[in-house]
Amino acid sequence: MSIFITVTLSLLEGLLTTFKIFGLTLLMALPLGLIISFGSMSRFAVVKWPIKTLIWIIRGTPLMLQLIVFGFGPGLIGINGMDTFVAVMIAFVLNYACYFSEIFRGGIESIPKGQYEAGAVLGLTKTQVFFKIILKQVIKRIVPPMSNEFLTLVKDTSLANTIMIYEITWNAKRFMNSEHILWPLFYSGVFYLAFCGVLTLIFGYIEKKLDYYKG
Amino acid sequence: MKILEIKDLCKSFGKTDVLKGVSFSMEQGEVLSILGSSGSGKTTLLRCINFLEKADKGEILVEGETIFSGENSDKISASEIRKAQLNFGMVFQSFNLFPQYSALENVTLAPLLHAKKSPDYKQNKKKIKEEIIAEGKEILARVGLLDKLNNYPCELSGGQQQRVSIARALALKPKILFFDEPTSALDPELTGEILKVIKDLAKQNITMVIVTHEIGFAKNVSDKIIFMDNGVIAEEGTPQEVIDNPKNERTKAFLNLVTQKE
Ligand SMILES: Nc1ncnc2c1ncn2[C@@H]1O[C@H](COP(=O)(O)OP(=O)(O)O)[C@@H](O)[C@H]1O
Ligand SMILES: [Mg+2]
Repeated sequence: MSIFITVTLSLLEGLLTTFKIFGLTLLMALPLGLIISFGSMSRFAVVKWPIKTLIWIIRGTPLMLQLIVFGFGPGLIGINGMDTFVAVMIAFVLNYACYFSEIFRGGIESIPKGQYEAGAVLGLTKTQVFFKIILKQVIKRIVPPMSNEFLTLVKDTSLANTIMIYEITWNAKRFMNSEHILWPLFYSGVFYLAFCGVLTLIFGYIEKKLDYYKG
Repeated sequence: MKILEIKDLCKSFGKTDVLKGVSFSMEQGEVLSILGSSGSGKTTLLRCINFLEKADKGEILVEGETIFSGENSDKISASEIRKAQLNFGMVFQSFNLFPQYSALENVTLAPLLHAKKSPDYKQNKKKIKEEIIAEGKEILARVGLLDKLNNYPCELSGGQQQRVSIARALALKPKILFFDEPTSALDPELTGEILKVIKDLAKQNITMVIVTHEIGFAKNVSDKIIFMDNGVIAEEGTPQEVIDNPKNERTKAFLNLVTQKE
């Protein structure tokens, strides 16, 4: 029984780090993703193509590899003392911002031109049109793909253990080495499941909230 | 003084010349209908006047003041364009209502946002908002939608949606209201309710420009008719002149075709 409690406490401790990666990634990747999406739709080739290239690289390589690049890359080129957690956050934020940006772009481009024009003939500024007319319609359209990304992020946080971040999977694996037991790893799955379950409920609620209108 | 003067407006898309020098003018309170076959440039003309497209050449004057000139159209700033746009209201063929807002919110959105700029907004916030909302309700009542204030566009019929969009344009008290085929997206049995609303507005002396294929209606409601053909005004005059006694061959052919369909 006592080993069960030890494992549970250790996993809960890891879960805090998991939460931290999850929350901080969202906090930064959502606004950054919106900025990147504007960049990828820019009329100016000097903005558009570098951004498109960045998105291509980030979405075209494994997140695990990106974690290793940001985790060990600085040391290789002589920059020492960068905090591993900072490296993890850079990799996660950049990766998710690029995925979010493509979802935002799809959502923004799916709004009919007539919505912008109706706003323009009412004398509204571009900013007012975007925030008062377009954004809410975009949000409604991107909730389903976003909920997918959020769930993927929950599970992707486990990749941080590859560069020695003591999140939940790391803590579970630790018992494999020290106690020669495998079940804490399976047990960790329960925590991911519960986390994803809560998110699914929240997204279901948001979808329902936005269901009051069509179009 | 003329409320609107259009001088030699030209617009091309790439190699296609869509407007080839369109000029006309209007008096306060006048109703002008624009007829013409599909592709003759009617929509483009309205879009150029409303700054949804930038004309290549020509001038637009409101009450004698130049609000657009092709000569220095690159220098005009976004805020000047917005100010000029407020002279006009526009009703689109496809309504373009904001789906996430109720009928009343569609009507009050722009007035509420514009009110924020007024100097006494901070002190009288509540009163200003209440006034705008009361006015929005009153305008929706005028188009017969007092019982639909809180309905969303998806809950309204096409005719009701178009009436909301007319109310939305009226809420900013434009000097001239433009309609681009306001009944073309509607089932025939719903066009009547829109035409009735426009007729009521004409009685209230609202200056209007209406692009339409409803010849009978145009004849009935308009002070002046313009027939457009291939980017130019082929014929203009009173309804009696243009519809009953057309001189231009293209006008005759067009009227024959349309009245046959009816
Ligand atoms: N954005 C555009 N790009 C290219 N061609 C256009 C555009 N808008 C309109 N046109 C062309 O201009 C011509 C006139 O169109 P339009 O003004 O819509 O005519 P109408 O409203 O009288 O039917 C058409 O040949 C159309 O294909
Ligand atoms: Mg048209």
